[in-house]
Amino acid sequence: MMETDTITAISTPTGEGAISIVRLSGSEAIQVAAALFKGKNLHQVDSHTMHYGKIIDPDTAEAAEEVMVSVMRAPRTFTREDVVEINCHGGMVAVNRVLEIVLSQGPRLAEPGEFTKRAFLNGRIDLSQAEAVMDLIRAKTDKAMSVALKQMDGRLSGMIQKYRQSLLETVAHVEVNIDYPEYDDVEEMSHEMMRVKTKEVHAEIEELLQVAKQGKILREGLATAIIGRPNVGKSSLMNTLVQENKAIVTEVPGTTRDIIEEYVNVRGVPLRLVDTAGIRETEDIVEKIGVERSRQVLKDADLILFVLNNNDALTEEDEKLFEAIQGLEYIVIVNKTDLEQKLDLERVHELAEGKPVLTTSLIEEKGVDELETAIAETFFAGDIDTGDLTYVSNVRHIQLLRQAKQALEDAMEGIEMGMPMDIVQIDVTRTWEFLGEIIGDTASDSLIDQLFSQFCLGK
Amino acid sequence: MTYHAGHYDVIVIGAGHAGVEAGLASARMGAKTLMLSLNLDMVAFMPCNPSIGGPAKGIVVREIDALGGEMAKVIDRNYIQMRMLNTGKGPAVQALRAQADKPMYIKDMKQILEDQENLTLRQGMVNELIVEDEVVKGVITETKAAYSAETVIVTTGTFMRGKVLMGDLEYESGPNNQRASIKLSENLEELGFELTRFKTGTPPRVNSHTIDYSKTEIQPGDDEPQHFSYETTEGITEQIPCWLTYTNEFTHEVIQDNLQLSAMYSGMKRGTGPRYCPSIEDKIVRFNDKPRHQIFLEPEGRDTEEVYVQGLSTSLPESVQHEMVKRVPGLENAEIMRAGYAIEYDAVVPTQLWPTLETKKISGLFTAGQINGTSGYEEAAAQGIMSGINAAAKVLGRDPVILDRSQAYIGVLIDDLVTKGTNEPYRLLTSRAEYRLLLRHDNADMRLTEIGHGLGLIPEARYEKFVEKKRLVEEEKKRLGKIVVKPSEAVNEIMTEASGAPLKEAVKAYDLLKRPELTYVHVDRMIESAENLPEDVKEQVGIQIKYEGYIKKANDQVARMLKMEDKKIPEDIDYDQISGIATEAIEKLKKVRPLSVGQASRISGVNPADVSILLVYIEQGNIARVAN
Repeated sequence: MMETDTITAISTPTGEGAISIVRLSGSEAIQVAAALFKGKNLHQVDSHTMHYGKIIDPDTAEAAEEVMVSVMRAPRTFTREDVVEINCHGGMVAVNRVLEIVLSQGPRLAEPGEFTKRAFLNGRIDLSQAEAVMDLIRAKTDKAMSVALKQMDGRLSGMIQKYRQSLLETVAHVEVNIDYPEYDDVEEMSHEMMRVKTKEVHAEIEELLQVAKQGKILREGLATAIIGRPNVGKSSLMNTLVQENKAIVTEVPGTTRDIIEEYVNVRGVPLRLVDTAGIRETEDIVEKIGVERSRQVLKDADLILFVLNNNDALTEEDEKLFEAIQGLEYIVIVNKTDLEQKLDLERVHELAEGKPVLTTSLIEEKGVDELETAIAETFFAGDIDTGDLTYVSNVRHIQLLRQAKQALEDAMEGIEMGMPMDIVQIDVTRTWEFLGEIIGDTASDSLIDQLFSQFCLGK
Repeated sequence: MTYHAGHYDVIVIGAGHAGVEAGLASARMGAKTLMLSLNLDMVAFMPCNPSIGGPAKGIVVREIDALGGEMAKVIDRNYIQMRMLNTGKGPAVQALRAQADKPMYIKDMKQILEDQENLTLRQGMVNELIVEDEVVKGVITETKAAYSAETVIVTTGTFMRGKVLMGDLEYESGPNNQRASIKLSENLEELGFELTRFKTGTPPRVNSHTIDYSKTEIQPGDDEPQHFSYETTEGITEQIPCWLTYTNEFTHEVIQDNLQLSAMYSGMKRGTGPRYCPSIEDKIVRFNDKPRHQIFLEPEGRDTEEVYVQGLSTSLPESVQHEMVKRVPGLENAEIMRAGYAIEYDAVVPTQLWPTLETKKISGLFTAGQINGTSGYEEAAAQGIMSGINAAAKVLGRDPVILDRSQAYIGVLIDDLVTKGTNEPYRLLTSRAEYRLLLRHDNADMRLTEIGHGLGLIPEARYEKFVEKKRLVEEEKKRLGKIVVKPSEAVNEIMTEASGAPLKEAVKAYDLLKRPELTYVHVDRMIESAENLPEDVKEQVGIQIKYEGYIKKANDQVARMLKMEDKKIPEDIDYDQISGIATEAIEKLKKVRPLSVGQASRISGVNPADVSILLVYIEQGNIARVAN
């Protein structure tokens, strides 16, 4: 809620554009950018000038991106604060990397509509535009909220809740020592006990961050599921998308099944092809992982590519799949147009209820362009750029995890220095609060509830 | 027919811990004040435990003292035992607790009230408030005395429609069989106030002669007692110990077997009791795996044999209480002098108040203390002094005083009450304060003396002493910043003594003091000693330097919080006109009517997006006003 701290966000829409921009605004904007920039000294350049150089990753001291940086000093800027815009190569990967590096240097991720809000609060926008600003905040926030919740991996929130509960019990323990010093039923929280607890949670958070870095938990991209009966061409579809778009394949070790997720960039839209291992191995996701599991995959998908065989009549199974994806975002692909048409296309259109139905022959590489256009259109439809917000909420998680980790390290430092427990606890509580922000739980009453349910207190 | 009995600037209804602080503050500020009490023998009576202070609460007592209140001074003169709690922990959570001599406390406080200029103390039961056009005009007593007034402060504690419960016995009563206040409660309802029903309880008292102390553990006071008031110079030498014993399976058996006879477990729907002050029945039901519970035996005074059995709060029938007490080691032959009971009462839903404790509905009407849903003498006194200050300020045309959450526990308490409300009797806990490190026992004077002095509640002589202390603290900090300590045998001997690593290179005394193992005394021995410096200055310097990093972090958070507190919400704001704020948030905002955006952000159900929109809306209004 600070109104003068330095904020940052990706300010260009997700898309295929040649450049993407990370914008910073606030009193430390120039300082932050200058520290990361290898090129001219940004402190000394003229206002409203642009400079070529590289963004250096402070962790590795290596050049992360080639960029052009514009420096605009207050007050002649959009927000009337110092503004720096870092122009990166197009596509999500480069710009996200730059944003993450910028965030690691202290700026806070801008709330939805916050640049505009600042412009308004600093008198840049006139009265007539104020209403629009409020609508914008409301719309963006609601959307961001729903997206954030949807994108939140159930496993992640489960883990966060676990760490929070563990920290909460620790904090309640310290509190009970403070507020009920004569209560002899609970031993005094010692530095050693606190050391063990903080180390434990710290290791967990570090692992999460490591994982986040690999993009396992939170990654830009549209979770895309390819479904259809066996031998309709799911695997060919995937190969086509992958070959055309130079997939990045990430192996994710350590899970019970080796899920292989593939990332492809279709006309600037990052796709995450979900559960592709299933498709590769057996050609049939439904068969391999069972109906329940496939329902789960469908539920989590942002986009479904439903493949039908032109050379085959509609089966009961096809109709069931249509039922399963009702209400979800999907594109129907009628494949194998090189073979004789046995499919009732009219019926397909009827079942698709207005969703796009495309025809392809993947073997002959026909209809692929149209398909990619349709995917891009699906993604960019609507006023609000869901993809962008999806990403934002993810970066937010990472940033909060970092802040939680930092707070915990402060606590650990306090322990090593032999600070009194109630002082150490201040930082443990902050850790708990940061983790709470990730899952949207900031209720401060929980500590008091915990206190009275964990201990039998009172006169 | 009523008769006109006089006109006052401020009328205080009730003379409990809230009432006396309210009346004293307003009279001392120069407002002509009337204090009406049901029973003049019960002024500042402690109906429950015979102690004042403890974690958070003890700091509140210091804060009241720094504002010029009375509680600290009276308890400093009338304790039977004083202990500093949490001495093994950090400075932020240390707190004093005194065992009070109850009868002497009453006597002393009554004398103070009687001697106070501008203050009239009178016995009487107020039945009705005089209100015209939503402005309070005075009060009417049951003896038909009509007093006119500019402002009225209601501090009726647990008396409003009070009902005592013990087994299946129940009767209308205030605490300790005093008369309940029935008509005033009805009157407040007629005036449109939302009331809620809370309950609390108290344990039996036993005769000290009948206790076998050999079966208990002694709990003595501190050898060198510290004090609540910054003005207290002399302590009480002869202290009386408390004693510790435990319940056991036999005690629990009696309670378990008779649970259905307990007023609170008989199945009747009852007021909400506090979780932090459970009855012994509650403890046994909710934590039935615990084999024993602590019982503290606390004398109620020097000249009485009554002993408060802390930990045995109950609403069981008297006959069961006898059986229960007998089964506590040391109390086998103990005679109960007064039985324990639960009491139910009406409280005003505190979100109906401004942060000044004036009601939103009726101008000039204030409520303070347990009537606002709190529990505890200290919480009551804190609200009392603030309501007295603000009622007098209103009459005298001065600015109201609202303490924020970083200034005082009193600020946390009142902000919580008026912003969030409470669904059980509210008790201060250190965990309710987000800036605990700033709200310390040792620096209450640093935080609040200036304000107390500005109000005319702190005498000049005391103020001058305070200014001098502040100067000495700054000077000593500067001095330590200049002195360089070089490694030497003598220095390293002290380092070893403090179990720290020997010094290898020269360090400033200031930075040396930051090391956790070193105290001010250690460092003082390594350098040219500041012998003449008062102890409290040394303490202050030590704490400020040692925890500098943490204090700075807290101050940064406070600065951010205050920025939002400074964004005032216009009084005439129409929340229905703001498109975009969620419906639930609008309802809450209309009810609480926060004074600032900061306060709005603390209302549960108002989320960050709502706050952003509110902020933009207010700025928009400001621009429009400038344009006009």
